Amino acid sequence: MSYMEDLQKRISKIEKGGLEKYHKKNEEKGKLFVRKRLELLFDKGMDIEDAFFANCMDDSLPSDGVVTGIGKINGQSVCVMANDSTVKAGSWGKRTVEKIIRIQETAEKLEIPMLYLVDSAGARITDQIEMFPGRRGAGRIFHNQIKLSGRVPQVCLLFGPSAAGGAYIPAFCDIVIMVDGNASMYLGSPRMAEKVIGEKVSLEEMGGASMHCSVSGVGDVLVKTEEEAIAYSRNYLSYFPANFRNKPKELEAKEKKEFEKSITDILPENQNAPFDMHELINRVIDEDSFCEIKKKFAPELITGLARIDGKSVGIIANQPRMKGGVLFHDSADKAAKFMQLCDAFHIPLLFLVDVPGFMIGTKVERAGIIRHGAKMLSAMSEATVPKISVIVRKAYGAGLYAMAGPAFDPDCCLAFPTAQVAVMGPEAAVNAVYANKIAELPEEDRPAFIKEKQDEYKDNIDIYRLASEMVVDAVIDPNKLREELINRYAVYENKNVTFTERKHGVYPV
Amino acid sequence: MELKANMAGNVWKITVNQGDKVESGQDVVILESMKMEIPIAAEEAGTVAELKVNEGDFVNEGDVIAVID
Repeated sequence: MSYMEDLQKRISKIEKGGLEKYHKKNEEKGKLFVRKRLELLFDKGMDIEDAFFANCMDDSLPSDGVVTGIGKINGQSVCVMANDSTVKAGSWGKRTVEKIIRIQETAEKLEIPMLYLVDSAGARITDQIEMFPGRRGAGRIFHNQIKLSGRVPQVCLLFGPSAAGGAYIPAFCDIVIMVDGNASMYLGSPRMAEKVIGEKVSLEEMGGASMHCSVSGVGDVLVKTEEEAIAYSRNYLSYFPANFRNKPKELEAKEKKEFEKSITDILPENQNAPFDMHELINRVIDEDSFCEIKKKFAPELITGLARIDGKSVGIIANQPRMKGGVLFHDSADKAAKFMQLCDAFHIPLLFLVDVPGFMIGTKVERAGIIRHGAKMLSAMSEATVPKISVIVRKAYGAGLYAMAGPAFDPDCCLAFPTAQVAVMGPEAAVNAVYANKIAELPEEDRPAFIKEKQDEYKDNIDIYRLASEMVVDAVIDPNKLREELINRYAVYENKNVTFTERKHGVYPV
Repeated sequence: MELKANMAGNVWKITVNQGDKVESGQDVVILESMKMEIPIAAEEAGTVAELKVNEGDFVNEGDVIAVID
């Protein structure tokens, strides 16, 4: 055999990945081969592959179970690591770990996004001394992720398991996209849980994609197929710059979608009646530009990326359709991470406010709603990107503060004529102030008294009174919100602010 | 399938009867909590097999409101 034939033979063997039976097994689960995934991910295949021959002296470990390299997404070069689950279930050996560390270092040097296509059973116990505890052991992967955080976008596509220590890869990413049925994250497997703590539980129940995207919040986006996951990640990155030094690329501006009903048609007169905030969002943003994050987790608060006049914007909106739009510990947590994400990459924020306040009661106090709420306020307050808050209807109590109320340096606070800003709503306020008085009155006189006091209260918090006191910067026609936002963001985008000087704040996490 | 309260509150209105057919996304009960109307909708289409609450009842987060088959 000539050396050229020998080289070719080696290349084609490695390119095939693991044994045929493992390819078949993956196919049955609807899982694509790692190289097929990369072909779908990049505009035109991988441009550079690193350490293709890693561990090539061992026939059973092609590329040591991970493909790393650089390719383009929407014309932008990105770094990628992708587990090959046909090679020892995508487990990590010494060279697997070294390859991942090196591609992260490349992402840091080039300041370009880092993507993690995860499908791995975890550490190879047989290799533990070489891959686990040392300076360039697996811990280094997480150390690098933490360092890269906020410098370049980090995206995780979870196609299979992400077990034990490996489960921290998704945790340190900006966003985790999970394929329903196949993706999972857990520190200890169900088998281990049964042995160690005596709990009998299925994998899906304990660490499945659906659970993580709706209950734990470790997952952000639940998709049905790998193709869908890849398409989502490509679209997601289109809202971002390559790194923190740059602003997001502008796309060609699109018109908003046309609707029969205008914003004023969909806003209910009654402050306490629900409406679907998505309908308002769709009447403001460029058509089909909404990329929702954490749709299934804490849906009483909507977070997502969108474009207005072709420019990226991060939307944080109360959803009165779900749990009355009340803020909970989970919604506060969700908002905090989303605002940090947008602020890190110069994506302006838009707050659409319709909030009765933070939830009260034993359950949420025990869940630490105060510290989670404080975390939301911190992230919002620290964000120095252009911030616009729009008071759609009510903004009560700390809900006003958390949604970029006037005291938190939004570039402006706009109000609809339907806005109601107060420490609490009229019903609660009248109850609080006149509880004794009401109790003293004969039963039949109570409704009239309550109505009179509520009307007095409403007059007292009249939105024009707040405009007169310059609490809100403008009262605007709801149907002209989009034009107002386009004008204002165009001006505020040149803002250059440093929040404060210090090493870093102490987060109320 | 059990339909559960997603937050603590009082049952303000029950909008279906036992035996009614419901669509996915159709409101079954409206709670009143934090002075807000909180619609609780069926997650899947089916028949209301059992209503576990009456108007005026207090329900905690996670309490079963209705059973839909």
